[in-house]
Amino acid sequence: MNSSCSTTGETADSQVNHWVPQTAVICEITPEVNDVATYQLALTDPAAAKAYRFAPGQFNMLYVPGAGESAISMSGDPVSPGNLVHTIRVAGNVTRSIAAMKVGDTLGLRGPFGTSWPLEMCAGRDVILVAGGIGLPPLRPLIYRLLAERPRYGQLHLLYGARSPEMRLYTEEFPLWEEGGLDVRETVDRSSPGWHGNVGVVPSLLERLEAFDPAKSILLICGPDLMMRFTARAAIQRGMTAEQIWVSTERNMQCAVGLCGHCQLGPEFICKDGPVFRYDQILPYLKVEGL
Amino acid sequence: MSEESQTEIARSCFLSTDQFARLFEVLHALDYEVIGPTIDQAAIVYDRLTSIDDLPRGWTDIQEPGKYRLEKRDDDALFGYVVGPHSWKQKLFPPVSTLSVADRTDAGWQFSEPEQELPKFAFLGVRACELAALKIQDRVFIGGPYVDPSYQGRRNQALIIAVNCTQAASTCFCTSMNTGPRCKAGYDLALTELSDGFVVEVATPEGETVINALETQIATEQNQRQAEAARQQAVDQITKTLDTTDIRDLLMSNLEHPRWDDVAERCLSCTNCTMVCPTCFCSSVEEVSDLTGDHVERERKWDSCFNVDFSYMNGGLVRNSIRNRYRQWMTHKLATWIDQFGTSGCVGCGRCITWCPVGIDLTREVAAIRETQT
Repeated sequence: MNSSCSTTGETADSQVNHWVPQTAVICEITPEVNDVATYQLALTDPAAAKAYRFAPGQFNMLYVPGAGESAISMSGDPVSPGNLVHTIRVAGNVTRSIAAMKVGDTLGLRGPFGTSWPLEMCAGRDVILVAGGIGLPPLRPLIYRLLAERPRYGQLHLLYGARSPEMRLYTEEFPLWEEGGLDVRETVDRSSPGWHGNVGVVPSLLERLEAFDPAKSILLICGPDLMMRFTARAAIQRGMTAEQIWVSTERNMQCAVGLCGHCQLGPEFICKDGPVFRYDQILPYLKVEGL
Repeated sequence: MSEESQTEIARSCFLSTDQFARLFEVLHALDYEVIGPTIDQAAIVYDRLTSIDDLPRGWTDIQEPGKYRLEKRDDDALFGYVVGPHSWKQKLFPPVSTLSVADRTDAGWQFSEPEQELPKFAFLGVRACELAALKIQDRVFIGGPYVDPSYQGRRNQALIIAVNCTQAASTCFCTSMNTGPRCKAGYDLALTELSDGFVVEVATPEGETVINALETQIATEQNQRQAEAARQQAVDQITKTLDTTDIRDLLMSNLEHPRWDDVAERCLSCTNCTMVCPTCFCSSVEEVSDLTGDHVERERKWDSCFNVDFSYMNGGLVRNSIRNRYRQWMTHKLATWIDQFGTSGCVGCGRCITWCPVGIDLTREVAAIRETQT
């Protein structure tokens, strides 16, 4: 275990070249489900560690020299000292390399990048969070913030869809979240022995949400493009408007700062104009096949 | 020079061809690496110049959709052609560059900036459409919240010697894009070539330093008239047009227009248009490792939205057809670029038309959509 895992430091860092990563050390690895694990990281430069801040919804570029970089959402609590937490699913070269790492190993980190969930707009409203699969980790920092100041918000719902009961993330935290005042509802695409919950797609949870007041609700969605569109459609059918809905989008990202062109969706660079967009802003482009 | 540092055109003078020949030694003495037009592989490209003899004296280019040929002129003009396959982005945003360096140490991976000497360029022969392209790439690389340090460093110390076009190719449409052919801003010096020399406009102190090292004469009224006539000749030769009226909304409200399928039948998705475009900026980063794997560099290379795996995500492709990729390129260049950077991404230089192996002409594609918009 590296001593730099405790974040202390004194001086603020100077202006850095955004292409050059910081060194981060793996402090803790928590296996979640098959091919998914949560990594707690710490920047080895004390000043950089101390200066590091992020907002719920933002992401880092994690870098394994020789394998490359991957954009990974923050999934820890923004105010906790060990806040560099990433839940990572093996999806390609980089994430496979990270999956082979152990505590004490180092990797590169650039960030945070991108826009964040509209936490301030949640105040006084019923907040409906909808996550599909690996879409839950990018919402977890927001869940921590909402529960930390629970009285500021109306009803809090988490509607979570996973492929199967075995693929559900963070289930050990659900009782705590429920206790804190977050109503957690789940569904799975495919049932398996022992599952007594819902089976079906996520939008069906929204369709069945009782005591739903569209006028005072805000809806935040993170999942595959199609799932987000169907969820938003269900909300709009129940009386919400696109201006009350926020989505976190995903595209191929390489530079994270709008210079490489890969992540464009219409006029938006997902990396710097997103990943979190108000739905009415991104819908015209999200709905065009192959844009 | 960046436009911000440019003052009003201070003065103009006449520079004889003999004195112009001395420009190279003057620039070299000021530690500039002179980059300008020269002939390579039967094309006029931008490369390092050592003397006036490296310029394509007495040559011109003939351009049409899908066609580029050099031909002998019947005079000794030094700048008697328009633009070729190269643009200045090659020097400011190199096709391959190193972004960062990783070294494995006892304390784990350590990351650093690559050690690179910043070249000090003098660009000789920058056309009006290319000045516009520089300004557009400035907005991309140094005009936003994130600055590209390599571009910024190269750009800041580059000297821009512009040349006014005195002829046009059939593929030119700068007049439609309001970028030329007259060089109006964004240069240190601007030349208009006459038969025995140049009328020079001096726009900045840096330009003044260079011109003061040469023997110049007062530009006579006759010089000025000749220069004006030469420049007007380029204007008169431009026949191609692009109607840019509401072009952003025209294209973005016709994303499912059948013309995209039509152009996809012709487009080879070869990336030529994006490589020769003076404003296209897409890139990809590759890992370059030594044999031990302990020293790894991140290399940025030009990429193109026409490459199949450019939009790769989660095991699939977002733009999985030529139709989608051509639509991305053209709507970005002419429409969403305006949302992103407050300007069109097109300067009307015509390179994408000339260097398209099947002669696709974006002005005709836009016109076709405009005629039958849905």
